[in-house]
This record gives sequence, C-alpha cells and structure tokens, in this order.
Amino acid sequence: MARPETLVLAGYGINCEEETAHAFELAGSGTRIVHINDLIADKKMLRNFNIFVFPGGFSYGDDTGSGLALANRIKNNMLDDLAAFIDRDTLMLGICNGFQVMVNIGVVPGLLNAGLFTGNAEAALEHNNTNRYQCRWVDLLVDTKSPSVFTRGIERLHVPVAHGEGNFFAPAGIMKAIDEGSLACMKYAGPAGGPADGEFPYNPNGSMNDIAALSDRSGRIMGMMPHPERGIAFTQRDDWPRLKAEMERRGSAIPVFSDGMEIFRNGVNYFK
Amino acid sequence: MEKAKFRIEVYYKSSDPRGQTLRRRLTMLGFGVDALFITDNYLINADISIEDAGRCAAILKQPVTQDFLVNSPYDPGDFDYALEIGFLPGVTDNVAHTVRESLEDLLAVSLDYEKSIYTSFTYFIKGGLTMDDAVLIGRELHNPLIQRIKILSRNSYVHEMGMGMDIPVVSISENPTVSEVEINLPEADLLELGRNGIPDLDGTRRGPLALDLASLQAIRNYYNNIEKRRPTDIELESIAQTWSEHCKHTIFAADMDDDVKGGIYRKYIKEATLRIRRDKGDKDFCLSVFSDNAGGIDFDDDYIIADKVETHNSPSALDPFGGSITGIVGVNRDIIGFGLGSKPVANRYGFCFSDPFHDRPLYRSRDRESRLLPSRRIMEGVIRGVNAGGNQSGIPTPQGFVYFDERYRGKPLVFVGTLGLMPKIVNGRNMVMKKAMPGDNIVVIGGRVGRDGIHGATFSSEALSSGSPASAVQIGDPITQKKLSDAVVKEARDLGLYNSITDNGAGGLSCSVAEMARESGGFEVDLEKIPLKYPGLSPWQIWVSESQERMTLSIPDVNLGKFLSLMNRRGVHGVSIGRFNGSDRGTVRLNGEVIFSLDMKFLHDGLPQKHLKTTYIKRENPEHVFPQPGDMNGIYGEMLERMNLCSYEFISTQYDHEVQGNSVIKPLQGKGRVNGNVSVIRPVAGSMKGVILSQGLYPSYSEIDPYGMAACSIDTAVRNVISAGGTMEKIALLDNFCWCDSNNPERLGQLKEAASACYDYSVAYGTPFISGKDSMFNDFKGYDSGFNEVFISVPPTLLISSLGIMEDISLAVSIDIKFSGDLIYILGLTGSRIGGSEYLAHVSGKAVGIEPLTGNLPEVDAALNAKLYRAYEKGVRMGLISSGISIERGGLGIAAAKSSVAGMLGFSIDLSKAPVKDDVRDDIILFSESQGRLLVTVDPVKQGDFESLMKGNSFGLLGHVSAGGRVEVFGRDGKLIIDTDVRRLSDAYRKTFREF
Repeated sequence: MARPETLVLAGYGINCEEETAHAFELAGSGTRIVHINDLIADKKMLRNFNIFVFPGGFSYGDDTGSGLALANRIKNNMLDDLAAFIDRDTLMLGICNGFQVMVNIGVVPGLLNAGLFTGNAEAALEHNNTNRYQCRWVDLLVDTKSPSVFTRGIERLHVPVAHGEGNFFAPAGIMKAIDEGSLACMKYAGPAGGPADGEFPYNPNGSMNDIAALSDRSGRIMGMMPHPERGIAFTQRDDWPRLKAEMERRGSAIPVFSDGMEIFRNGVNYFK
Repeated sequence: MEKAKFRIEVYYKSSDPRGQTLRRRLTMLGFGVDALFITDNYLINADISIEDAGRCAAILKQPVTQDFLVNSPYDPGDFDYALEIGFLPGVTDNVAHTVRESLEDLLAVSLDYEKSIYTSFTYFIKGGLTMDDAVLIGRELHNPLIQRIKILSRNSYVHEMGMGMDIPVVSISENPTVSEVEINLPEADLLELGRNGIPDLDGTRRGPLALDLASLQAIRNYYNNIEKRRPTDIELESIAQTWSEHCKHTIFAADMDDDVKGGIYRKYIKEATLRIRRDKGDKDFCLSVFSDNAGGIDFDDDYIIADKVETHNSPSALDPFGGSITGIVGVNRDIIGFGLGSKPVANRYGFCFSDPFHDRPLYRSRDRESRLLPSRRIMEGVIRGVNAGGNQSGIPTPQGFVYFDERYRGKPLVFVGTLGLMPKIVNGRNMVMKKAMPGDNIVVIGGRVGRDGIHGATFSSEALSSGSPASAVQIGDPITQKKLSDAVVKEARDLGLYNSITDNGAGGLSCSVAEMARESGGFEVDLEKIPLKYPGLSPWQIWVSESQERMTLSIPDVNLGKFLSLMNRRGVHGVSIGRFNGSDRGTVRLNGEVIFSLDMKFLHDGLPQKHLKTTYIKRENPEHVFPQPGDMNGIYGEMLERMNLCSYEFISTQYDHEVQGNSVIKPLQGKGRVNGNVSVIRPVAGSMKGVILSQGLYPSYSEIDPYGMAACSIDTAVRNVISAGGTMEKIALLDNFCWCDSNNPERLGQLKEAASACYDYSVAYGTPFISGKDSMFNDFKGYDSGFNEVFISVPPTLLISSLGIMEDISLAVSIDIKFSGDLIYILGLTGSRIGGSEYLAHVSGKAVGIEPLTGNLPEVDAALNAKLYRAYEKGVRMGLISSGISIERGGLGIAAAKSSVAGMLGFSIDLSKAPVKDDVRDDIILFSESQGRLLVTVDPVKQGDFESLMKGNSFGLLGHVSAGGRVEVFGRDGKLIIDTDVRRLSDAYRKTFREF
C-alpha cells in the first residue's frame, strides 16, 4: 500500500483537527476530518482508514477532567469498533487532549489484560504542577529503544506544548512496565541535553520521569502532550528569526520544514 | 432551597496538584495553611436509581488517581474547616452542562436542561485557623455576586453529615404576562420612567431604560399620533435597547457645537476612511467597513481578513472572570457573524488595571459588604477569563498588553479583539453580501434564554444584593459556542444554507432580529418558540435577554430542514422562531396574540438627533524641572521593573498562541523571552502572506493633550506594524474610545480633540479605520474606606489597534539582537518633551495617574515619520535589518534593554550619536517617548547599503552589540553613565510579576 488514509476526529471542542490533517496531508496521507457524531452514526467507516487521530483541543471543555468526557463518549458508544480497528495493522496517534483521551480509555500504555483493549485507564494526566496552562516550546529527547513507529529515526525534537493538564502519573507497577518496555518514547529535555529531571520550565508540567509521550507495546499507538503539528514549518519555530539569520550569514540554505514533520512522515511511511 | 437526590463527591486518592498550588498561594497571602484537599461535587436532581447514580459517579472520576462517594460525605481526616463554593441560582454552570450530556449518553435518558445537575467544590483546610480566618479565605476563593459559600468547622461538618443536598434551582414567581405602559405622564414621571424603568404592580421598577426626555417624548408622540394606543412593556424595552448608547452610539452620532454636524464618528472616523479610500484609488484594500459586525480588508486574491475589538468593562468590574470570558467569546461571535461567516484566527487582549500590589478599599454603597474586589483579584480574574475563553475556543491569543494606572481602580478596562478569515467567494457567492429575504425563517442557534444580562450594562448594586434569583452576570460558555462556530463556519456556510447571519449580543434578539430585518423590511416572531432555560420569564425578558452563545440566521424554507438537521447532528440547538418579511413592521406574537407591533423606520430612525456642547480648552503645562539623577545604573533597573514596562510573560504563556499553527512572530521573542509589542500570524497555511497585529495606547497623555495623545497612539500603532515588516500601503486601524463622565462638556471636548486627531493622522498615514467601538461612562461612584463619597473616572483612554498585511512572512523582523559586533542604529529624532512619560512618573516618585502630570507631549510629524517608515520597509525587503524594535513607552533605554535581553547579548552605545531636535539631556535621550523612532541592528558588512538607504532621514550609529553580556551607555560628554550587564537587566525586567 502506498498512500494511507487518515481519520482525524473533530467536534465537541476538539480544535486542532485542521492543522493535524494538514500535517498528515503534507506527509503524503489521504485525510478526512470526521465529526464524532458522524463516526458514531457510521462506525463501519473505520474500515476505510489506516491511521486514527485524536487531535488536540478542549473536548467538552475539559469539564470533570481533561479528556474524560470524550473518553466516556467513546467507551459508551464505540469501544469494540476501536478495538477492532487497533487489531488491524493500523496506527493511532493522540496529541495533547487526544493523548488525555487515549490515557482515559486505556489504549496507552495498554499494559494490563494481556494487551487487550478493555477501556480501563492505567495512568493519568494530572493538572500541571504550576496549576496553570503552559504554552511554550520544549525540547524532547527520544528513547531510541522505544517500539514507537512514530519516533523512528528521531533523536530530538523542538516543538511546543500548550496544556493545563499534562502532568503524567502512573502507579509504581505501571511505571516499572513502562520503563522496562521503553514505552516512554519521548521525554522532556533540559538545557544540557539530558532529561529535564522535573525542572520547570524544561519539564513544563511536573510529569513523572519527564514523560512527554507514551507508546503501546506494539509501537503502533502513541499519545503525546506536545504538538508536533504546530512545529512542521521552519517559520513556526520560536527561534526561527535567529536561526535564519545565522544560516544566512553562514551561507547555508534556509529549511522549509521543522522537527514536528518527522512524526507525521513516520506515520505515513509505515505503510510504504 | 430544593434538595438533590444524589450527591457525588470526587476526591483524590493520593495528592491533588490543585490543592498544593492553592495552599502555596494562600500561604503567600499570609494564611497559615498546612494542608488543603479539594473535592469536586456533583448534585443530581433527577429520577434515577442509586445503582445508576453509582455508574454516573464512576465516569466522573479520573480512573487512576480519583475515587468517589455517593450520598456520603468525604472526610480527609485531619482538617479544621470545610468551605463549599457553588453557583448562585441562574448562573451559567458549564461543567454541569457537560455532566448532563455525559449522563444522558451513559444512561440513555433525557434530563432537564437546566435543573438536573449542579456542581460545587469543597475545600478542606488544615492549619491553626479561626472561623474568621476561614471566612477571609472564603472571600479569597469566591465571588459573592455569582457564587454561594458554606463554611463548616470540622465538628459541624461531621455532625451535620457533610455539606448537604441544597441545590440552587431558579424559581421565578412573577406573572409572565405583557402589560401596557402609561407614557402620557408629567415630565418628572417621564424622566423617572427613563431613569429607573417600568413600574411593576408592587411599585418597584424594572431597571433603567436609559432613555432621556427627548427620546421619551419622541416615543410618546409616536404612540399618540401614529399608533394611537399605549406601548406594551416589550415594545418600550425593545426601543430602549435599540436606542441605547451601547447600540446607537448616541454620543458619537450627536451634533457637537457648531462645527460637527452628524456626529464626530461621521466627521472624523468614517470621513477619514472615505477620503483614504478615494486617495488610494485602485490600491484601496477596504472590503467591508463600518457596515457589518467587524471591518474587513483584502488579504489576498482568495481571502478577506476581518478584525474587531470590543470592551467589556462594567461586567468585568463585578465578576472579572465572567466579564472577560463573556467579552472574548462575544467578540469571537462578531467575527463568526462577519459576512456570511468568518473563522476566528487570532485573539487580541488589552487590560487596564490599578496596582495589584496595593489594594485601595472602595465600596459601592455605605455597606461593608459592598466592597469592590481587590485590584489583584480583578486582575487575576480578568486574565483567567480570556485564558479560558481563548484557549477552549481553539483560537490563538498572540497579541496583547497590560497597562496600570490608579484611575482604573473603580473600573478596569477589558479590551478583547478577534481577527477572522473568510473566503471572498464560495460557490459563486460573494461572502461579504448578506441579505435576509422576505419569507426567510428567523432561526436562532446556540444556547437557551435565561435572565442573563437583562439590562446588561446598567445593573446596579441594589439589584445585585437584593437576592435576585437569576444573576445579571453572564458567564460565557466557549464549548457551546465552539460547536456552533464549527457547524456554521466549517459546514453550513459552504453549503449555502442561509442568506444572512448576525450575532446576538447587546439587546439580545430584540436587536439582532430588528437589525437583520432592515435587510428584508420587517419581521414576525412567535415568542413561545424561543427555547428557555427555566420557566417564568416575562415576554419582554425573553426578547431582550443577553443570554450568550446565540446567533440569528435567515434561512429560506427550502434549506430549513437541511440546516436544522445539520445543527442537530453537531449537537447545536436550532429553532425557527418566525419569518422576515417585507412589511416595514416588526411584529411579535405570544401564543397568537400580537404583543409588539412597531414601524421599523421609527424603531431604527426615530431617535431624536442630539446636540451636545463641549467646553474643553487645552491647558498650558509648565515643564517639569528636575536635575538629572546621579545614579543612572539604578534608574535603569528601576525603570525596567515598572509595571508598564516589565515582562508579563505569565500572561503570554497561559494564553495558547500556537493553536492553529499560524504563529510567526510570537508574544515572547528571542532566547530571553521578551514581550514584543507586535505579533505576526500566517492565517493561510498554503500562503506566505502574513498579518501583523499591534496597537498604540497612551492613557497617561490624555489629560495633558487629548489631541496629542491620539496622534501618538496612531503613530505607535502604525510604527509597530512597520517594525515587524509591514508596509505603509496596507495598514488598517481600529478605534476603541473608553471615555468617562461623558455628560460633562469638558470630557466631550477632550473626546472631540482626540477624534479630530484620528482624522488628521489616519489620513496623513493613509491608514483607514475599519471598525470601532466606544464605551462612554467608565466611572465609579461610591465610597472610600471612611465612607466618604468618591467619584473615580478612568483617564480618557483611546486604544488604536493596527493590522497590516505582509507579503512574505519569512522576512518578518524580530526584536532580539542576534550577533556580537552588529551595529546599533537609532532611526528618527529625539526631542525633550516628556510629559506623561513613564520616566517622568518615575522621577516624580508616583504611580502613573495619581495626579495629572506636568509637561508637554512629544509632537508627531507624520510626513517625516512616513518617509522614515518607507525607508525601513525597503530595508526589510532588502534583508538589511537584523533586528528591529519600535521605540515606544519607556523610550530608547527600554527598547535597547528589551532587544538586548531578548538576544541575551550586551551592547555599547553613545548617546551623543542620537539625532536630537533640541538640546536634550542624557537621561531624556534615554527615556523620552518621542514618536517616529526605531532601534535596529545591522550586520557590519551591510553598513554601506543601510546608510545609503537611510539617506535623507534622521538616524545615528549609536554603537554595537557587545561580545559578552556587558551593557555600556556613554553620555554626551563621553562619560560612562550606565555600566551593567544583560543578566542584571533581565533580572530587573522579570522581577515585578515573578510571583504571578
């Protein structure tokens, strides 16, 4: 198969569907933005897609807890269909609020019940330890041992975060399994290049073990707090004016794309 | 109070990050809090089984970290006091709406829209606290105008089995009928009717109609001579809304003195735009100005950019969070309703507060309970409101400012703006043209109608303290609006399902329906079709209610089913409430009976033309004489710490400016993360074109010279756009006048001065006004701590917002200096006039605005400046400018510090190289706010090209970027007057709001 088809979920306060679909299109995927109500009314349409995306946003206003109400909606209406989708050789990506939804339906890290998708959460994304929304650029360190399809060939990324609840928490047993399986595929990095070690603002939310993204064991499912779709073009970077000036004075070419693009290319290339 | 059937309490099994943060904050405020736990409570008032209540509770908790209890009070063990905070009856509870939807989905049942779910929080606090302390903490945590609080000691909490099951159900016992109003009254009684409203049967009045005698007489004549009957209450309330200052801008439309016929708006604002458009000829870029909900300009061949800036001041004074969130989602709706529907692509904000570090107690009445919220609470609440509204709506909020002056203690100013993007043509249809056609259905979509915001802007403290069940305060609901916005702008618009659309803002349906009916002729509405939040509303209340998140559309029969079905599938409530027609009359029926029948021409044009007299005479100010301070190092640091000059990063980082992926020049620039005064966005991902956003605002100048104040504001707004890479060919302006005491002829005279400068300078720069809004009575009348009467007016405040279109965003200029050895130039002339400046306020040892300042304002030479700006523009295109910053508040010294801190590189400059107008002292060269100036850095290899480009303009090579972090400033006599480093500048710049 050459060209995968990507379903990008929308509705009820999801708000990053357009730029996320744009990123997948640039990477070479066919994309369709589908309202959650239309999907629930016609769940069979999932068969037509290879990649399922929970984009960022504020589904249901984050009322009662981020991602919780949308996770409940999915659990009440289409758990089996999503399980069937995952059972095929497909990919699933959740970004920011989408990651929060995925954690709440238990699709990442997906360790218990022999990896069967039961809809039970195993971890949480809590309020930032600053108790404030944080919109800022961060550096991410990729765990190259991780099974994630999405981070293949990437070592570091410079992308933005924007969330109020991204503080990853998991009980000790789960955390141990995450470590052993190298499932924490991206971690917040400090200024020296190593892990941020919990230090604000490098770790912007207080996440345990600086966890910024989580893969399931198959590597086909990933949730991440940062927004790669907001860092696909060079001029989206926070440091582009300085980088551009440096490149000009060195006489080197100015790039068109930026780090976030690699996540989407990896997703699309999986099907090549 | 009614009781709930089930009470669910959700608590954290281990630690709650929210509780820890709140404990730290309370400790900082001086409360000895050792531990703090929070529960989220959900009260269910529905006929479900205990098993189902348990299932509901299970989905309301985070599965891993939280647990729940049903009808059994949570007890964290060791605590002294428990404080429960929930809403008052009728206050919008967004969380409750989400919970209702989730429970309906889970149980497959339908629950009552408004009274099935209520939410609250309980705070369990431990520390050596007394009940008095608990009450004070309660004051910090809640706002009595919208929330109820219950405080129990541990003993009572245990003894009473928790907080109980009370729920704030709205119950209105009034008789919901229509009444006739007697208007053939003696003058005094007529005035009373205008001032305090229609009398109810018990003699109390319904709240101000805000109609003056001339208006009331015009209404009386209309009913006596044309209708030959008495008005109904719904008619009178509707006329009052339509004719209000808020809707008709009566002061801006009034004749003034002998020289302003037809109003200062027409003479100075609209006329300027007309003239600029004529002068520009085929380069005119205005596409829709002054006629729609926002102003629209040409972006490229395919798209229009719309912009609108609003204020929401009075509501924000009372409920800072509710006021500002309602403001931001309200102005979003102006954009959604621009043309046939535009997509919001960026928000703007601007806040004017008093000093949050020093609270000056003020009271609305002679009553300790009527105390205004402290300055800090107002600031925090307003900032949080735009955070919630902007972030939840998925609209980036890159551009804004915060400004402090003690005269904003009585009333803060809350500016909120939104830019929108709309295709010019969809399926062959011009998207700017909207016209409700006779026969079209009047369709309302979005939220339901309650008593929210009735007599919106005029609610009084009496009305609020009388226990009125449904509060006049509104709280915006971004998610309801987001659903509506997506359904309209991303789907219905492009299916061509409707002929016209507008926002329901001030005056509610009474204004939106009547306004759209101008396009068709008339309208007829069946009031009983309007969906309500709760029963008991009077017909007039339904008609004028400002319940939020609603829009009105005009839909032909052939599309109605398709439209309503689409809305239904998107979770948006929509209903047809009547029809537009060509009858020249507006008609409202209630269950078939006509209760409102008005001539449309009278409704829209019957308002008598006002004639106002003004008396302002410009004062001659003595210059403030003071010696140059000895310790300029110290002064430099202190200036950077000033609230109006320092970092407000804590606001920028809590507003999502990256959503939609359109950010180019961000609110924080460079490695050093400095707040720039301009942002750039790229609204269409496939195009390299960009939109530049900025503003100019100088409230401290107004009392010295309102004309000069407006001139400086326009020059700054234009120059800022230029600094980031804009072009003089394509800059548009928006005006927001926030005036005070506008019945006072002297204030009106200041207004006229400022407005005439708007004409002169917008024409001189060729930068048309495309939209504007005014708010004329920003005054506080009340009492100080000794219960002496006080009257506090905001300084006359004019916000000039600017937007420019740039061809290629990859040429955008940032403020951070980038390379050691780069040359530093100042462009433009520096003069010695420093009246109203931050520096003068600083050396006078006063907070801005404590008393009128002395001195004169910098003059603005538009022709000279425009020439310089065009040269700079060319320099950007030629790639000669390595960094560029517009010099505004705080002058050269502050601009240099910001560029330096942003780049984390030092500099060395010589003030004798700055071109000056007259004999200017070193400290004045550093901090004068002379207009028309920019500070740039240039690669030394481009020195020749840059200097020949600038030939014919005033500019000076001040020095260079240092190799390390050292910062040196040499005075005119060659002496080193400032010797510091970038690290220290950075610390000073960040110090003031570090704890926020």
